[in-house]
Amino acid sequence: MKKHFCSIENFKNWADSKSGDPGNLYSDILDRICELDKKVKAFGHLDSADILKDKAKDSAKKGFLTDVPIGIKDNICIKGRKTTCASRILEGFRPPYNAHVIDKLLDEGTFLINGANMDEFAFGSSCETSVYGPTKNPWDFDRIPGGSSGGAVAAVASSEVIAALGSDTGGSIRQPAAMCGVVGFKPTYGRVSRFGLIAFASSLDQIGPITRNVSDCARMLEVISGYDNKDSTSVNIDVPNYTESLFSEIKGMRIGVPAEYMLPEIDPGVKKRINEAIDVFKDLGAEIVEISLPHTKYAVSCYYIIAPAEASSNLARYDGVHYGHRSEQAKDLIEMYIKSRNEGFGKEAKRRILLGTYALSSGYYEAYYLKAQKVRTKISRDFKEAFKLCDCILTPTSPSTAFKIGDRIDDPIQMYLSDIFTIPANLAGLPAVSIPCGLVDNLPVGMQLMAAPFKEEDLIKCAHAFESNTEHHKICASDVNSSLETAD
Amino acid sequence: MKNNESKTNITKEVVEYVARLSRLSFEGKELEGFRQQLAGIIEYIEQLNEVDTSNVTATTHVLPSMKNVFREDEEKRSLSQDLALENAPASHNNHFTVPKII
Repeated sequence: MKKHFCSIENFKNWADSKSGDPGNLYSDILDRICELDKKVKAFGHLDSADILKDKAKDSAKKGFLTDVPIGIKDNICIKGRKTTCASRILEGFRPPYNAHVIDKLLDEGTFLINGANMDEFAFGSSCETSVYGPTKNPWDFDRIPGGSSGGAVAAVASSEVIAALGSDTGGSIRQPAAMCGVVGFKPTYGRVSRFGLIAFASSLDQIGPITRNVSDCARMLEVISGYDNKDSTSVNIDVPNYTESLFSEIKGMRIGVPAEYMLPEIDPGVKKRINEAIDVFKDLGAEIVEISLPHTKYAVSCYYIIAPAEASSNLARYDGVHYGHRSEQAKDLIEMYIKSRNEGFGKEAKRRILLGTYALSSGYYEAYYLKAQKVRTKISRDFKEAFKLCDCILTPTSPSTAFKIGDRIDDPIQMYLSDIFTIPANLAGLPAVSIPCGLVDNLPVGMQLMAAPFKEEDLIKCAHAFESNTEHHKICASDVNSSLETAD
Repeated sequence: MKNNESKTNITKEVVEYVARLSRLSFEGKELEGFRQQLAGIIEYIEQLNEVDTSNVTATTHVLPSMKNVFREDEEKRSLSQDLALENAPASHNNHFTVPKII
């Protein structure tokens, strides 16, 4: 079973060719995941017995995704399965219900592989703040896979799983997708239910698919999108048939390139790949339009007020009473709260709780939180103006390729800046996708496309046109990293 | 970020106060580490003051189509007591147990 699966279709053909007991198919798939994961460490925890037991109970509902192994980030609840946000404070937590997206995937009969590694509570851009230790970038094991959905993305890039679900609060799907050379999609805020996603920053979080190509992405998106009355920000509008958008013509589409995103800090190799991608779109008959998003430079600051502020209140629930870690050392209630949280949260979580609490505290609320929400309005307005001139916006996904493990862990601002191009879409609630657009020194570069709210089809259309006319998505991590080969 | 602490006023006392509000506590080197990092981050964030936000409404819902959602106040099934208590570090007689309060 040496196969490096490159699409859902490809996997299904292989699975169909295996006759006999489906139980064997599941354990074969899982054995392969376990073997590869010894090196990649894409999963923080992998409980084969639990995973197989649930699959055996599966009431054999059949859909396109039947039996396809799908990685699930460790912050998306699956009933009875360990879901820990890669944290100590949720050590051993087994949710009493399924996330909405999990119910949708189970309706299709997918094979759910939970425990995909992440930065603790999704606080990070490198997967290094996980209580389980860092995930490796499948292209180069000395490098980070990006974050926070680094495990889910690395699992797809190493072909341990065929697709995955991540969450994206400031780029947590797109940035690692770029760094690991796969497709990562953040839907419009409200398109996919957040019910059962363990909250980080509720006005920014969205769940989205991670896949090897754009058509798989369209399939996954179709399955998980749609209204859910258990999420009050879920939007009740029809979900288009995304797979139909795949083959639409892009001739005459207007693609905006914002001057503000071509910063001097961008790695020259990344810049080169992006310029080549722009040329591909020109050749395909798209019209390239220069646009301006003047408040771009304030997006990171704005985000690092709003996201920690929301996180600090969302994380107030971890107090050692209802679930999660409780300190054994406490003599009274208040001490129990403090000690449980002190022992249970990692350094970055504490840093963000402090920052968020500071920004919301009396006397600072107006200067920081309210100010940031006003700047957010201005950032959203920039996009609104831009979308009068173009249908999609094209930018790099991240200013650099994957950096070395340990390089930025003690420098929060440098770490935060790796999300500089992905954060604006979360602040404005827009859909955005990262797709592979070539390599620099054998490391993948991602191109980001953003569209107006609920215009996911435009992204699918453009991304698929690009992919169909280039070869970038065909090169995979195992082509440059021979240790990803598995025994036959 | 190492040399730019001068303008902001994140003192040791401020970090201790915010930690207390957050039900966290730090001392010594750890406290000083957080103080320096917070000062650096807040210094960076203060560039927001360059933006003129007079007459700008703060974002409350990110998309204008979003409104408060109401539903009928009807009784519905919720988690059973057993399920709700399943993850509790300590429980007794269908209640969560905590250390003594007074």
